[in-house]
Amino acid sequence: MMPQVSQTPPAEIVPQPVREGTDVTINGKYFRHTGDPDLPLLWYLRDVLRLTGCKYGCDDASCGACSVLVDGKLKRACTLSMQDLAGKAITTVEGLAKPDGSLHPVQQAWIDEDAILCGYCQSGQIMAAVALLARKPKPSDADIDAIGNLCRCGSHPRIRRAIHRAADTLRGKAK
Amino acid sequence: MNRPHDASRRRFLKVFGTATGALVVGLPAFAWTPDQLLGQNLFRLSPYVRIEPDGTTVIGARDPEIGQGIRTAETRILAEELDADWPRVVVEPLELGVTSAGGEPHWTYGHQMASGSTSVPAAWNDLRNVGAAARELLLRAAAAQWKTDVANLRTSRGVVIAADGRKLGYGELAEAASKLKPANAPPRPKTPAQYVLIGQDAGDVDARDIVTGRQHYAIDDWFGDALVAVIAHCPFPGGKLAHLDDTESLKLKGVEKIMTIPAPDPAHALGTQQLVAGIAVLASDTWTAMQALAKVDVRWRPGAQTAQGDEALTEAAAAAFAADPAKAVRTDGDFTEAAKRVPHKFKTEYRCATIAHADLEPPNALVRVDNQQALIVAPVQNPRATFDTVRRLTGLAPDKITIQLPRAGGGFGRFLETDYVAEAVMLAKAAGKPIKLMWTRAEAFAHDTYRPFSVHRLEACADRKRALTGWTHRIASTSRLAGREPRARWWLSEMHPDDLPAGLVGNLQYAWYALDSALPRGSYRASSHAVNAFATECFLDEIAHQLKLDALKFRLALLGEPRKLPYRGHGGPVLDTGRLAWVLQLAADAIGWNKPHLQGHGFGLACHFTFGGYVAHAVEVSMEGTRLVIHNVVCAADLGRVVNPLGARAALVGATLDGFSTALRERITLKEGRVVQQGFKDYPLATMAQIPHDVQVILVPSQENPTGAFDMGFPSAAPALANAIFAGTTVRVRQLPLWSELMRLL
Repeated sequence: MMPQVSQTPPAEIVPQPVREGTDVTINGKYFRHTGDPDLPLLWYLRDVLRLTGCKYGCDDASCGACSVLVDGKLKRACTLSMQDLAGKAITTVEGLAKPDGSLHPVQQAWIDEDAILCGYCQSGQIMAAVALLARKPKPSDADIDAIGNLCRCGSHPRIRRAIHRAADTLRGKAK
Repeated sequence: MNRPHDASRRRFLKVFGTATGALVVGLPAFAWTPDQLLGQNLFRLSPYVRIEPDGTTVIGARDPEIGQGIRTAETRILAEELDADWPRVVVEPLELGVTSAGGEPHWTYGHQMASGSTSVPAAWNDLRNVGAAARELLLRAAAAQWKTDVANLRTSRGVVIAADGRKLGYGELAEAASKLKPANAPPRPKTPAQYVLIGQDAGDVDARDIVTGRQHYAIDDWFGDALVAVIAHCPFPGGKLAHLDDTESLKLKGVEKIMTIPAPDPAHALGTQQLVAGIAVLASDTWTAMQALAKVDVRWRPGAQTAQGDEALTEAAAAAFAADPAKAVRTDGDFTEAAKRVPHKFKTEYRCATIAHADLEPPNALVRVDNQQALIVAPVQNPRATFDTVRRLTGLAPDKITIQLPRAGGGFGRFLETDYVAEAVMLAKAAGKPIKLMWTRAEAFAHDTYRPFSVHRLEACADRKRALTGWTHRIASTSRLAGREPRARWWLSEMHPDDLPAGLVGNLQYAWYALDSALPRGSYRASSHAVNAFATECFLDEIAHQLKLDALKFRLALLGEPRKLPYRGHGGPVLDTGRLAWVLQLAADAIGWNKPHLQGHGFGLACHFTFGGYVAHAVEVSMEGTRLVIHNVVCAADLGRVVNPLGARAALVGATLDGFSTALRERITLKEGRVVQQGFKDYPLATMAQIPHDVQVILVPSQENPTGAFDMGFPSAAPALANAIFAGTTVRVRQLPLWSELMRLL
């Protein structure tokens, strides 16, 4: 027997309390930030969630060490306020690999080309590469040149090779 | 790899804490008794390797990893002699190995430092013995089990194999092996023909953690009860706090307190580097601390000496050169007399700007300290210096101080200093809570230990056969040892008496002149080799051009017959001119030096001997309008036997590109006594678009002992680039950075 829905409206409609804070999705999980609305995403990730793959390198979006994806677009987390991220889906370097631990082709390409050196900038470089390959499955060297992430150690040639290698993998070519 | 709280590591380190020796076998100073070290279910064969019953081989990496690849290289050295199965090797970064011996520190792991490319040579000397000793114990354990002689057994990839083909895994033998007494003398290491790991490519052992964001640098570590401290320093060297009003800052939620670090007291120097006066906001998190710091109303009083920029230092150098040198570094023959007798004379001046380290990871330190113990997590290149600083500040016994060595986001000399660790310890002591100290990017630029500024006056003369007969190189620089060492020693970091062309030119003078600066200076990749090679190699190029000689032939003629010259400094005892000539020839051949050059393309060469390594660069460039295109770059290197070619190539390519980046646009300037640069926007590191697509590396096969690789590729990169720019444009740029001057002259 079907349950009966009450046909009588309530005497008074009480609104739900306003939801406080900023709801974001980070690597597929839901979070609500209830602190300072101006808090940069960088420090939300690092100090609140302890997702430290996103690195602090500067405060003015000039180095790229904190690169993340926001709704698939490449952004620098040090200059993004939490209040501007309501409803957005954010991917950090920790969110690239599959839950079973298998790596994203860009991560695997970085290992295969040994594009490491000190490694501090590499999570940002990897995010920039993921964003580039989503836009341009077969990037030219000029496209790679446009990545402005800084590397102090000089891993640029290996990063370039890793991006080309990942592009080949993603387009189904032999590794 | 760096998971300090996982159980296996804790057990590993706990037992390590009772270790007495860096070297297992053969050196009486580190006498070692295995049974003291054995715990239940723990089969420990030496301070650097542990073999688990399942065959997992854990190797402790003792030197700080700053991107030079040492964790990979030094564990490959040990694994080679052990004949370990590399896929089953787990690398664990070690802490500083120290125990208390009568209240004084006793270093238990041997070499633990990232400086001067010394880690691989040190590992070559002692870690091979550790691996060989462990392997020998496993062989004896197998021989006992099979009741045969060790001579009938061999090892391969973590397995002992008998003549009849029977096999026992290292894990199965570990317990029995751990009960044996090691031999009195180190077992004979392998012959090079037996190498299966050394000389083969190995990817960085931390690669997977890095690409997944799991690698912990010091900046990524924390304690739950730690306060974040963000610091602002007095912008004037030697200056003091003049006014502080923190009322508005303290109103912010999450701010605990605001503390001051007093101005330096010259009578109480901390280590060799003076602390700078500062204020620190202690808060629940980084952003709150940064916000609060921005709201502090603070004013600073300049110090007694105003910091001078490079322009003022250039004038000071002119005055210094007019007086006697602070140090006559080397005098061979008589240059003045020689110059009178020959037709060709040359004279010029080069200048190298003050530059910053610009490590991507800024100075930071996580510190827990009480009256019982201290735990330090920081990017550290010189763990013993860090230890000394902590000990001075806390007075703790040596074995109560733990210095962890997380992977560092760069280094290049900045993390040889201990100022940021000292600040964190002082704040933690005063606050009574653990402190996570953070420097902002602006603070890192404003309070670096900069590479010294230098002016180079060079003269040379050549005879009718166009051969060099005289050479003088006079350097005025802001020595990085000033303020740290007695004045008589300041020249030591600035000029090397046996650097070429000393020993090749009969009448030669090297002299050093002191320049005073209030700006702190420190060690920078390859140290003064970089600026001295720039001046020397560019001047040689000028001379070759003026004598209408091919720059390659001119250099090869100068180097002459292969021979060994005495070399007293780091990298000695000899400098082999033949090895340097060979890398020069290789680089020139690979770039197509003797082939027809495209119109407008300039080719440049340079070479240098650094810390025992021989490196030459060849560069091909052209100008497209106001854009510099670096078409081809070759780096040929003789670094002795190369442990990990993949890592050595990374180091050489990195050094080459670092050399270009610093040579093109990097420069620290001052305005009204304070550093202007606040971030990467006004300190432009070279970007992907400005950097050549590749650097061709040629590694010379060698049977000589390894030299390390990190510094060697740096000094000759900038002069090769400048020489190529001259060849392509006829514009000779005699200063670093090159770019603004090139644009001015073009």
